[in-house]
This record gives sequence, C-alpha cells and structure tokens, in this order.
Amino acid sequence: MRNKFAECLTTLAASNPEICLLYADIGNRLFDKLKKIAPQRTINAGIAEANMATMASGMAKMGFRPFIYTITPFTTARNFEQIKIDLAYANEPVVIVGTGSGLSYANLGPTHHSFEDIALMRVLPNMTIVCPADSLELESLMPQLLNQTGPVYLRIGKKNEPVNYTQLPKLILGKAHVCQEGQDVVLLCTGTALTIGNEVTEALVSHGVAARLVSMHTVKPLDSEFLKGLDEETLVVSIEEHSLNAGFGSALCEWFNDERWKGDLLRCGIPDQFIDQLSGPEAARERIGLTTPKIVKKIIARLSS
Amino acid sequence: MHANPTINQIRQQLVDLSYKNKVPHLASALSCVDILYTLYFNILNIRPNEPEWPLRDRFLLGKGHAVAALYCTLGQRGFFDSEAVYGLGKDGSVFEEHPGINSPAGVENISGSLGHALGLATGMAKAAKIKQNPAHFYVLVGDGELNEGTNWEAAMFAPAHHLDNLTVIVDFNKLQGTGRSCEIMHMHDLADKWRAFGWNTHEVDGHDCSALQNALSQKSYSIGLPRAIVAHTVKGAGISFMQDDNNWHYRIPTQQEVTETARELGIQ
Repeated sequence: MRNKFAECLTTLAASNPEICLLYADIGNRLFDKLKKIAPQRTINAGIAEANMATMASGMAKMGFRPFIYTITPFTTARNFEQIKIDLAYANEPVVIVGTGSGLSYANLGPTHHSFEDIALMRVLPNMTIVCPADSLELESLMPQLLNQTGPVYLRIGKKNEPVNYTQLPKLILGKAHVCQEGQDVVLLCTGTALTIGNEVTEALVSHGVAARLVSMHTVKPLDSEFLKGLDEETLVVSIEEHSLNAGFGSALCEWFNDERWKGDLLRCGIPDQFIDQLSGPEAARERIGLTTPKIVKKIIARLSS
Repeated sequence: MHANPTINQIRQQLVDLSYKNKVPHLASALSCVDILYTLYFNILNIRPNEPEWPLRDRFLLGKGHAVAALYCTLGQRGFFDSEAVYGLGKDGSVFEEHPGINSPAGVENISGSLGHALGLATGMAKAAKIKQNPAHFYVLVGDGELNEGTNWEAAMFAPAHHLDNLTVIVDFNKLQGTGRSCEIMHMHDLADKWRAFGWNTHEVDGHDCSALQNALSQKSYSIGLPRAIVAHTVKGAGISFMQDDNNWHYRIPTQQEVTETARELGIQ
C-alpha cells in the first residue's frame, strides 16, 4: 500500500503545487519519483515526528497541503499532542499518513505495533479517519483527501497486501461501500481487515450463511445513513486490526447506543493486551484469534445462540 | 521607570489587567515587554490595519502564558483599541488567557502548550522559502519553555535547511514556574547551545531596546543560517517589588500594588 501511496502522491503533486510531503527519515527510495518532480516539496523532517507535525501545521498556514508520513505509532501516539493542537484544534488541512498500521509490523514488536491509533485520532474533533483496505481502495480515496478542509488521518498498511477488487472501486469518502450482498449476517470491515472479511464471507458459504460484506473505509465520520439502514434482526460483525478498546467496533457501539439500535453486534479485533515474540502478521493474527476460522466459529455460535 | 512612555504604559496596563481580571503570569509577561515593543515598533514589517497582509513578517509567541504582554503591545501598536484587552479571560472574549483559534487581529499562533511555536515558525519559514515569500519569522520562547525537546528538533532542522528568514529570541529570565531555570535544567550555556546547533547567536540585554534593535536588525549575520538572540531578562522587570520574585508567576496584585506600580512608572 505504501508504494501506491507514493505513486498517488506523486501524481497529485505533479498537478498541484501546494502539495508537499514531510517524512520522518523513512521510506528509502520510496519517494524518489516525487523528489524528482518536486524536490523542494519532498522534505525529510528527520527522526523528529513531533516537530514534523508542528512544521506541517506551519506550512499549511502558509498555503501548503502537507502530508506527513512515517510508521504509524510514531505519527499518531508519539506526536499526539502536536496533532491535537497544531492540526486538529488549528483545523489545518494536513494528511497524517501512518504506514504499517495494525499488525503489519508484528515481528518488530510492540514499539512498531499500532492498535491504538484509531482510538487516539477518533477522540480529536475536526479529524477525519480513512482506513483503505488495499492499494485499490487507497487509489480511489487519495484524491478525495484533498477535498477535506481539516486534518485527515490516513491509516495504511505496509506492502503487498492482498487486493480485494478486480478493478478500481468507486469509493466515496464518508460512505460505506458494499462489496457483496447477503442476508444472514453483515460484516463491517475497516482497513486491511476487509481481506479477512472476504475470507470469512467465502467460508460462511459452506455453513449456508450468506454474508453482506461492507468496507467501512471511513471510520470518522461514520456513515450514519448506511448504519440507519441496518436491519436489527440481522447480526452485525465488525472486523478491525485495532484494539477492541475505542476503535472502529467501539465507535459502532457508541453509534448504536446513541441511536437506540436494538440489534446484535459481534466485535472482532485485538484484545486488551500487548503481544510480542512474533514472527510476523500471520503469527500475530493466530495468537489473538483474528483469523478466518476463529471468526467464522464465533459467528456461527452467535447465530445459533 | 523606562524612558519610553509606551513601554511604561504597557507595563502599567499589564499590572492593572492582572488585578482587574484576576489573571496570573504577570511576571512572565513583564519579562518580555521590551522585546515585544522593539519587535512591533521597530522591527516587524507589518500593517496593523491589514493584519492578514500575506507578505507581513510574522511574530509567534511560544510562552503563551505571557500573552497579555502581546495583547497590550498589539493594542498600543494599533491592531485594536488598547482598552479591548480588558476582555482578557472573560467568557466569549477573543482575548483568551492562552491564545486560541479565535484570537484578535495580530496574534499569529495558538499557544499555551510550550514548545510548539518554534516548530510552527520553522514550517512557515520553510514554506516561505519555497514560495519565495520575503517574510521573516520571529519567535519568542521562554527559558523554561526550552525544557521541551521539540524546540531542539526544530533547532536542528532550521540550520540544515538554511532558514535565514527565521529568528528565535529567548526570554532568558532565569526563572520558570517553580524555580531557577539553570538549577532545574542545565542552561547556563544557553547561547553556546544555540551556536552548537548551528544558529547565528547573539546575547543581549533583553531590556535594552536599542541593543535589541541592533541585534534584531544586524546585517552582519552570516547568510544562510537562522538567528538566535539570547535576551537576558528579569522576570517581573520594571516593577521594583516584583523583579526576580517568582511569587509573581502566579500572584495577583492588590489595588494598592497597582497604585504603587503607576507611581513607579510615572503614570497618573
């Protein structure tokens, strides 16, 4: 997904002289093409993420549309207070790009895990949160980020994530995208968890269960119109590579509670614990039960309870 | 008493404002009055009747708790009626105790959380270089504020990017919230620190307006580097019974003390 990000940004920057990139000394050669067409606007901010966020605010004040980029925990948690004041309160149109989100860097340990980033960004007023599932969703959503007048958090993966579409989907920022219709259960997936949702949908067929698969690429604001249309008699399942505390599923719980929705929501995500000594994302998903067989089992159990 | 009546007027208004509106951080505000006066009356290329003029020089306040000094200076400089500052801290007022997004004309940045202004100005100065905007960016930071590590992130970035359109002024009054700055953190060598980080650095008496003006307008600085001016100041400067007394970081003056201040400053 990061290669697609660099490609899209280069395309956008070619025709928009206000776009600039600040990155925290990461992405060796990733931005070479951008550097070639916009050398002054491709800025290595150093390994200084707090100052990177603040400088981006300063550049936005002077008319730029900055993107700030590094590994997710370092550009959401480490610099949270700079994001709160200089981007969210100041309401500057800066795109915060977190790469390697969720379990992408599972083998690098808790320093590089980001299960709390949606929670952190979600609590900030003015913040829009976009979590594309794969490079095609990213490509579809990237130009729309520039329509926002305030800050955006763009949560992306690392590289070579499976693609969930055969062609470029026509996504609309803020609007849920139904990937497949089905009447027995609704799977609401955000970010790379859409791939798990896809597998779960397929696996459920052998159990005689038809799932409606939905990409919730925009976590904030939630698509209220879509959620209002959900049938209270049909089980809703949320799937995310984020902590079950205060993430996407929690946002749904809040929305359902406030709207006095009477249906049943099953949340699948990362439990409230640190995980380490991992060989990679697959091992991590296995460890915490965020796998297709385990989710299918939970759904079947819930449907028959 | 200062030779300059406007500076006396600003100090008197700060003390009166603290008394009337019950707003603290008086000593921090008094510390930087001469610096703000010099900037707004002798250095900054600004248009008070056109505060959003795109080519204006920008002043960013780091030590946001001292914003009353900025409000009073802007009032004297004609950005708004100087009596308007008496809205300070009142419900719905644009004159907030820490400047926010609804600040009055002339205030360029949100402040209150320390260690943001230098990074903001660094980003603005970098943007101005790319856009070939001739503006110069001035930042005032407190010595206590320099405890925040983000300042030093910006301090390493600016010289590497040759931001000679950026000037930081340190209000080095040797006191922070609860004690002596140089005892809490190692800061005796503050000027050397800026030099070591690659900044054109000068030390001046931060209450000597002509020395400040000289340092701020000097053309002898080497091209291609940002400038740091370490201004030696006294917290609570100008009022005999407040000078270098850290109780006035939080204390509110009495009516009698306001009268005493006026007498000291030669104001009726």
